[in-house]
Amino acid sequence: MCFLRRFEERADALYRQGLIHGPVHLGLGQEAVAVGAASVLRPGDYSLGTYRGHAHALARGAPADAVLAELLGREGGICGGKGGSMHITSVEHGYYGSYAIVGAHLPIACGLAWASAVQRTGQVTVCFFGDGTTNIGAFHEAVNLAAVWRLPVVFVCENNWYMEYTPIGDVIPVALPAADRAAAYGLDRIVVDGNDVSAVRQVVGDAVRAARDGRGPSLVEAQTYRLKGHSAADGGAYRPAGEVAHWREREPLLLARAALAAGGMAGEKLDEIDARIKGDLAELARQVLARPVPNPAGAWTDVWSDGSWQWRN
Amino acid sequence: MAELTYRQAVAAALAQEMARDGRVVLLGEDIGSGGVFKTTGGLRERFGTDRVRDTPISEQAIAGAAMGAAMAGLRPVAEIMFADFYATCWDQVANEIAKVRYMTGGQVSLPLVLRGANGSGGLGFGSQHGQSAENWAMTVPGLKIASPSGPAEAFGLLAAAIRDDDPVMVFEHKALYGRKEDIGDGEHVLPLGQARIARPGADVTLAGLSITVGTCLAAAAELAAEGIEAEVIDLRTLVPLDAATVLGSVARTGRLVVAEENPGQLGWGASVAAIVAQEAFGALAAPVTRVSGGNVPLPVAASLEAEVVVSAARVAGAVRSVLGTSQPLSSTS
Repeated sequence: MCFLRRFEERADALYRQGLIHGPVHLGLGQEAVAVGAASVLRPGDYSLGTYRGHAHALARGAPADAVLAELLGREGGICGGKGGSMHITSVEHGYYGSYAIVGAHLPIACGLAWASAVQRTGQVTVCFFGDGTTNIGAFHEAVNLAAVWRLPVVFVCENNWYMEYTPIGDVIPVALPAADRAAAYGLDRIVVDGNDVSAVRQVVGDAVRAARDGRGPSLVEAQTYRLKGHSAADGGAYRPAGEVAHWREREPLLLARAALAAGGMAGEKLDEIDARIKGDLAELARQVLARPVPNPAGAWTDVWSDGSWQWRN
Repeated sequence: MAELTYRQAVAAALAQEMARDGRVVLLGEDIGSGGVFKTTGGLRERFGTDRVRDTPISEQAIAGAAMGAAMAGLRPVAEIMFADFYATCWDQVANEIAKVRYMTGGQVSLPLVLRGANGSGGLGFGSQHGQSAENWAMTVPGLKIASPSGPAEAFGLLAAAIRDDDPVMVFEHKALYGRKEDIGDGEHVLPLGQARIARPGADVTLAGLSITVGTCLAAAAELAAEGIEAEVIDLRTLVPLDAATVLGSVARTGRLVVAEENPGQLGWGASVAAIVAQEAFGALAAPVTRVSGGNVPLPVAASLEAEVVVSAARVAGAVRSVLGTSQPLSSTS
């Protein structure tokens, strides 16, 4: 979690220096959802995320240098420079993509889960999305299909209380965006403190187990908070100061630190780990920035499965 | 195999490929009971509900699930009942399916097929159930496009689409579903990206797709009576496009008329015309001419529909026009 926090802070700094080509959406403050969920997945399981997806890829084991190279437009980017921040994908690690059209990946998650069911592999698919997604049609089509087909998929809503700049409460007719919609699909109402990594691990773990055991899909609402704006370019000034302060006092790292301290872990030890991570990431950024940019010829590969792009003879 | 209708050819291609490859699965609305156009009859009984899945009326879920299943190693064939309904799942088709391979630097391939009923053909389906939608797909790199003109093409192109490792959209023409043809026994697979010369001729090249191949053949028969020999090309696929066959034909005839069912304001015919104008300019004895559907939403009343659809008479008229333009040149030589 600490690594994800420092990675995003580094990405934010690089963005501010003008070193990242294109938009960046930071998951600062939402690390516990990614880590808690990833901790209950097996290597062959599938997960999918949104354009705010760095943490979800890294939590599954995607190499940080390849993710950073993708952000910085350097050689060795995890998508070869063709996806950028919003499309980080690491199939090798079971992370089947970050999707930048709100809601698009929920039906795709159904397809992955359907394949696992047809192939009887016991794999589970976990699909992360934001609160705003609960207002788009694809959400409803996908959750309905998953429920009707009893697919081994866990939908995890990261409710950070803002669709983008607008409070989610202003655009839903119920109190909670995901949990209060679950009944429409015959699913249980599941809410978890998304800033408490142990709680996420517990609740998503139960849902993953149910999916693996053939008991069908779940819809989990993990309540969390963005420590920064919608994108790195957004200061988030529309949020009341008191609200931000409230959530800063209960952000995932502070909660984890308190839990670890209660378990006897010395604060100095944690500071030491944190300092090492910060140093490692600073060095990693230096190394990646020193790499060459991708060869322009790479723009012409990977359209078709034979590697080519040609559409006519 | 004797005589098959176009719709039977679709079902036979699906059965051929499902029997050959256990990874081929079908999903779509009402397909278990044979589908609205009866193109999936008997498949659920033969291959089971695991491989032939009825879906809710949820085109986004259908297209998206096909994509996810393809990423996980299946070879799904999703039915979108009417091509017009691609508008309801265009994000999945244009933003996700077409691009995920490229955007991930080739980490995944999508061996999937999207298929369904396309086109008007004078059946009175109107503006929301009668469009020819190939053009929509042709604006997006990453999608292959096949439009079969008859039962043999419906069988062979669909089989090839299922075997292809990239996403292929197969636009079946609803007015051709009843068309019969003897297509012979054995396995049928046609290559994608290879046009067919449906009728040889020396005076003018007619390029058609799907239903307009028949329209061009009818026009050619009419013109033959006047001593004009038209060569008719069935493009079969728009992506990959077999431009070489069109260019080769125009090199012999010096004249090209393109017949497309969709509105012409931005049709695939414009792409074909531009390629020929640019790459075979020296061979042209007359301007390249397009005959397209009217630039209006499709009306329903038979008299109104007939006014805007592509007919053999309009194609023949265009041919007479390009020959007329060129005749003074040849008569002076």
